Parts: sequence; structure tokens; C-alpha cells
Amino acid sequence: MVAEIGFGSLFISLIVSVYGLIAAIYGERNHQSRWVLSANQALRLVFPLLTVSIGALLFLILNNNFEVVYVASVSSLNMPAYLKITAIWGGQAGSMLFWSWLLAGFGFIVSFRKWERDQDLLPWVIVICLGTIAFFVILNTFFENPFVRYWQVDQEVVQSFIHPSGGIQIAPRNGSGLNPLLRHPGMIIHPPMQYLGFVAFIVPYAFAMASLITGRSDDRWIQISRPWAIWAWLFLSLGLILGARWAYDVLGWGGYWGWDPVENSALMPWLSGTAFLHAVLIQEKRDMFKQWPIVLIIVTYNLVIFGTFLTRSGLLSSVHSFARSKIGPIFLVFIALTFIASFWLLSSRWEKFKSRQVLTSFFSREALILISILLFLGMLVTTFWGVIFPNLSELVTGQKVTVGPPFYERVAAPILGGLLMIMVICPLAVWSFVSFKHLGRLLWKPFILSILGIILPVLGGLTKIPAVIAFWLVSFVLAVNAFEFIRRTRLRRRNRSETLVQSLLAAFQRNKRSYSAMIIHVGMVFMALGIIGIEFFQTETQATLAEGQELQLASYTMEYDRLDIFDAPDDRNVARAVVLVKRDGQVIDEIYPRRDFYYDSNQQVTIPGVRSTLLDDFYTILVDWKAVTSEGATFKVYHNPLVKWLWIGAWVIIVGVVVASLPDHKSAWVGSKTRGRDDHR
Amino acid sequence: MITDNKIISWITLVILLLQSLIPASAYAQDSGPTDDDVNAIAKQLYCPVCENIPLDACGTQACEQWRGIIRDKLSEGWTEDQIKDYFVAQYGDRVLAEPPRQGFNWVVYIVPMVIFVGGGYLFYKGFKQWRTSEQDRSVRREIKKAPVPEKPSDEDIKRVEQELMRRTED
Repeated sequence: MVAEIGFGSLFISLIVSVYGLIAAIYGERNHQSRWVLSANQALRLVFPLLTVSIGALLFLILNNNFEVVYVASVSSLNMPAYLKITAIWGGQAGSMLFWSWLLAGFGFIVSFRKWERDQDLLPWVIVICLGTIAFFVILNTFFENPFVRYWQVDQEVVQSFIHPSGGIQIAPRNGSGLNPLLRHPGMIIHPPMQYLGFVAFIVPYAFAMASLITGRSDDRWIQISRPWAIWAWLFLSLGLILGARWAYDVLGWGGYWGWDPVENSALMPWLSGTAFLHAVLIQEKRDMFKQWPIVLIIVTYNLVIFGTFLTRSGLLSSVHSFARSKIGPIFLVFIALTFIASFWLLSSRWEKFKSRQVLTSFFSREALILISILLFLGMLVTTFWGVIFPNLSELVTGQKVTVGPPFYERVAAPILGGLLMIMVICPLAVWSFVSFKHLGRLLWKPFILSILGIILPVLGGLTKIPAVIAFWLVSFVLAVNAFEFIRRTRLRRRNRSETLVQSLLAAFQRNKRSYSAMIIHVGMVFMALGIIGIEFFQTETQATLAEGQELQLASYTMEYDRLDIFDAPDDRNVARAVVLVKRDGQVIDEIYPRRDFYYDSNQQVTIPGVRSTLLDDFYTILVDWKAVTSEGATFKVYHNPLVKWLWIGAWVIIVGVVVASLPDHKSAWVGSKTRGRDDHR
Repeated sequence: MITDNKIISWITLVILLLQSLIPASAYAQDSGPTDDDVNAIAKQLYCPVCENIPLDACGTQACEQWRGIIRDKLSEGWTEDQIKDYFVAQYGDRVLAEPPRQGFNWVVYIVPMVIFVGGGYLFYKGFKQWRTSEQDRSVRREIKKAPVPEKPSDEDIKRVEQELMRRTED
């Protein structure tokens, strides 16, 4: 019954979406606003309908209804309730339903905004939102139905949603459980964040398309989209960071990023989304490059769909499994259609969106931001090419190749360096025009400080030239931001009798955007520090140790104390090593690398034992052990300097985005001025 | 005679030295390559089954066997390149972290380079064009025609600063 309710609600949401889509177009074409308003109601209705559907799926999972194929494949009797909730997106059909539900949620919020000033955009925003929702709901309804059940028909087990004639419903005694790799706190939050980021970018796309279709070339769509894009960017960033953290904590290979195609498919929309946010800034401040944000949001939207397609279509395994996949070709057609239609629209409005402003200086802020956009795009193109090349090679030569980390790292390292260099100059550069002399005057003090910042590591024995350059850039960015912050605060205090705290708060209040950008960039630099640490200075070793034996790596010594093997209440067998971490002969920590074996899914997970400090991580993995534990266990040990800064950087970025999202009176004032200017044209 | 004795003692010494070396080399063979030696090569290889997980980090039995093969080959005295070539011959180019630079594979390396160089060139050209656009030129002509303003006095600058400060406070 519950499965029927779930599917029925899903199906009705499809009908409502298609109705809304048609009603919006009809109302717009015939200037009948009641049809558009009806379409808006449809956009509102889809969310509760899909909520019923996903609620039904959750109910089935929580109640162990293993007659439902999806439930049996992602859940099991002994799984705790919180993991059962995450099982909703643990498999293909459920994750697509979750995707549609989130998108419908955003559509729901958009439908309630005040549309008085943007009546012309409304029908097209509805069309784009409902069109995308309808596409995913079609996939869920006809190809990846999460409510399909097991039936026995003439001694054969059949999977079908509809009751086959003569069929008896059957259910396995237990489900196979969630993939153990996904049973990690990071994995509980990572997919929702990733999906929220993906889905939230569809709203700016909808407004961009509405702007193109109506030919409204002012920056209204940018004003409406910007908060959406910032939150989308934050969610996507968090998704990536949590994914990295999960890889670091669960995959047990000492790293956090493997340039895996799945990771890359999440990175690509992040790159274009970041470029989009910067292009928006140029348009808002200088009214320049108005086509760029549109191009970038079209690319981001298509990369969002492409990312979902890449992980869901079987293309990653091989061209053949893609051809066999039911949804792969449909996805490809959808991407091709939206991509071509969007760019066709853009080309037809190209002249209208042409800016009359010109770049005047290579060091002006807009020129520097433009270069950073190009660097993001450079990384994007490289990543895209690396992801699709194995399939291209398979098509052309019949042989699949691996495009692994060395390919990407060769490009990523100089691009990261270039971005850091821009982060050095950009806070000091002003809009429109800046002379080299002016920049030099502002740069020399932070420059000297940055040199002092690397003297210590160099004296300490740092000889790797790329690492020296990287550290120098990091300290330069930090120095520039610190100086700029102090300069602004002093400037403000010069003519006022305020306390320092009052001054700081008032400065923040007045110029939130600029300060939030500062905070976000400092967060990025902290992350860069983590990346530099692990890329340049990671060391590793592996050895088999008997109980009481020691192993040395970097400044640490580890002693293998003992191995405990026991069954945990959640149906897993745990082999847990007790490892003493020593420095200078003193025990400073105790860590527990372990291997969990899950009985239900017959799979194992290696969880590292980590001692983490601001300076470095001592990271051990239990690779293997002998039956008689005194004979020894094999450990793989990594020394990962500075990696903690990667996670700290992420927190700083969150703070920056929250600051950016607080209501900003000044930007509203600037916005109204810009609108005024546009209206006069 | 003395010379003969000297020769004999030298030969004995050499034999003794050689003898002392034999167990050492045998011992070296016994201990074999270390886990780190094996991982250094495994890190650069990918097994066709566990996609995108480097061989040194993969926990499956198949990958463990592969690492066993690397260990055996290393103890037989094979070099790193020989071992990699062996796996390529057995399983194809996909076991390598990057496509080998030959034939069609060149495309993967050349395309980003072409895009980078082309993009850089277009940006430079576009930038120059923007700077010398018609509107910009006309603005410059206007500037040339306009009378050169006198250098503002300190008094003027102070006044402007105060005015600006007043406006930002509003």
C-alpha cells in the first residue's frame, strides 16, 4: 500500500509538472496571467507530492519492507535508523528521487518569492524548473522506479511494480545493507550537500534563461540569482570537502583527492560556478562582460546534469555499459538539447547583452578577476578532457586508458599558483584602472613580510623549489590580506572616536562583500596550505610488526601494542589494532587503525588511526595481520604535514559565505543605483 | 718463496672476502624487496577491476596478488620499467596512471595545451582590442583635447577627502 502511495504520488507529480510547463508557456504566449499563476501553483504542488513519495520510500526502508527491491538493496535489519535514512540516497533510484525532491523544494521556495517586479521572468523560470523536475521524475517513473517489488511467478522471481498475473509478493529475509563505505558520518552529510549545491545552481540558470528569452538585459537576473549561487557554491564546496574528508577517513589511502571521475564530476560544476560568481561581480560593479555570467551559468547547469549523468549512466565503466544503460542515452539527449537550446538563445541575444564598457588596465580588478575566471576555465577544460578521454580512446582505438592524478596535477599546480598570485594583487587593485606604481606602493610591505615568512622553513631545510614558491605565495596572500585589513581599519579610525571593536564591526557592516571575499580567500589559502603539505611533503612506509615492535616515520615512532578482534552490535566484525605513538621516546598518543567486516553485505572497510595536529597527521592503516597476532600485523603509515589546514580552511570559507549572505544595506543601495542606471538607458 | 707465500695469503684473503660476501648476498635475497619497494611501483599502477584506485592502496585479493607479482619480479632483479611493461603487456595501457605518449594518446596531452595557448592568445588579442575600441579611442581624444587641469592643492585634496568621508558616513 505504501509503495503504491509513493509511486502514485510520484506519477501525479509528473503530470502536475508537465501541466505546469504547458500552462506557463500557454499563459505567456497568450498574455493570460491566470495560466501563469496556475503554473506557479503547479510548481508549488510538486514539492509536497514528491515529499509524500520520498516519505513513502523512507517509511518502507525504516520498516524493513524488503519486498521492495530498492529497500532490499540498500538496507538491512541491523542497520541503525540514521543509516536507514541515508539509504534513501544510497542507490541509484533513491538518489534520483532525492535529487528531484530537493529541486522541487527549491522550486517551492522560488514560487513564493515576490514576483511583482519580475512578472515577465516568472513563466520562464517555472518552465526551466518544472522542465528539469519533469525530466528527473520521468527517469524515476519509467526507468529507475524505487518502488519496484519482488514477485514470484511460476517459480521465477520477477521485479515489477505492477502485480503480475498469478504473481505472489515475496521478500528476502534480510536486505544486503548499505555499502559499508557509505556508513560514515561524512557520507551521511556529503550527498545532501553535493545535491543541494547541484540543485541550487538550477535556480540562477532558470533566471538567466528567463532573462535571455524575454530579452531583459539589465542585471536583475543577477541580483536575484546571486544569493542562490552563493549558497549553491557553499553547498557544493562543502560537498567536495566532506567527500574529501570521507576519502581521507574511510578509503584508507592516505590522501583525500584521487582525481577520480566521480570526484571530477563534482569538481567541474564547482569550477564553473566559482567562475560564475566572479563574473557576476564584474557585471555588478563595472557592468562589463554581461555575456560571461550567462555562458558560465549555462555551462554550470549542464555540468550539474552531466555530473549526475556521468555517475548514473555507466559511462565511467565503459562505453559498452553506457550503451546498455537504460537512462544513459536519455540523459545525453537531455544535456545536448538544453546545451544547444541555451547557446542558441544566447547567440540570438548576443548583441543585446554586449557591454559598452572596456577594460583599461591589466592590473585593474576586473582584468585580474577575468584572468582568474580563465584559470578556472582552464582547469575545467583539462578536467573535462581527462574525464571523457578514456571513453574517446575506447571508441577510437578500442582500448581504454586511465587518466590519473599525474595528468591533472601537472595543470592544477600552476593554476593554483596563478590563482594565489591573483589573490595577492586583487585585494589591492581597484576597479577600472590601477597603475603599476600604485600597486607597488601597496605591495612592498606585505612582500617583505612574505619573504620573512619563508625564511624560517628554508633555514629549516626546505629545499624543494616549487614548495618554496608555494609557501611564499601563501604567506604573501596572508600578508596582503592582513595589511589591507589593518589599513582599512586605521583609515576608518583616523577620523572617528570609536573603539577598535566598534570600528571593526562598523567596517564589516559597511562592506560585507569585500570582507567576506577576504575571509573566503583566506580560507582558500589555508586549504592551499593543506594541499601543499600533502603534495610536497607526504612520506609513507609499510612494514610488518610483531607486538611490541616499533616503526619510525618522520619525527614519530609507532609501537604496535596489540590487536583486538570482536563482533560489534551492528553486525560487523572489528579487527582493531592498538598503536602507541611516540616522540622522543615518550608516548604522546594512542590510535586505533581498524578493519570492519560487515556480515550483511560481505564487505570490509579499512578505517585509519590518525593523530592529527595543526602541524601534521600521523596516519596508520591496518593492512593485514597474522592469525596468531603475536606474529605481527602489517601497517601502512603516512606522515601528512599540514593537512589539517584543509579542513580548517573549509570552516573559514563557511564563515565567509555566512558573512556574505547577511543583509547588506550598502549593496542594496548600490543595486538600486545600478537599476536606476539601467532603467535610464 | 716469500713472494709465493704472499700470493697465497692474498688469494686466501680474496677467497675469505668472497666467502664473507656469499652469505651476505644470500641474506639479501632472503629478505627480498621491502613493502616500500613494492608500493613505490604499485602506486603507479591501476588494476583493471578496481577502477581509479592505485594498486598500492587497493585491498582486494586480486590487487594483493599483483603486489605479490611485483615483489617476485623485484627479487628476480627486474627494474621498475620492466615490471610496468610486463603489466602493460598483460592487461593493456589502462594499468598505467597516464596514457603512454604514443599514437592516439597524444591527443589527451595536446588538446589542453592547444586550448591554453589558444585561449591565452585570444585573451591577449581581446584585451588589446578592448583597450583600443572605438569608444575608448574617442574618450582618449576627448582627454587630449581637454585642458590640462592644474595640480590640486593640499587644501583641495583635504576638502575632497572630507567630502568623501562625509558621504560614506551617510
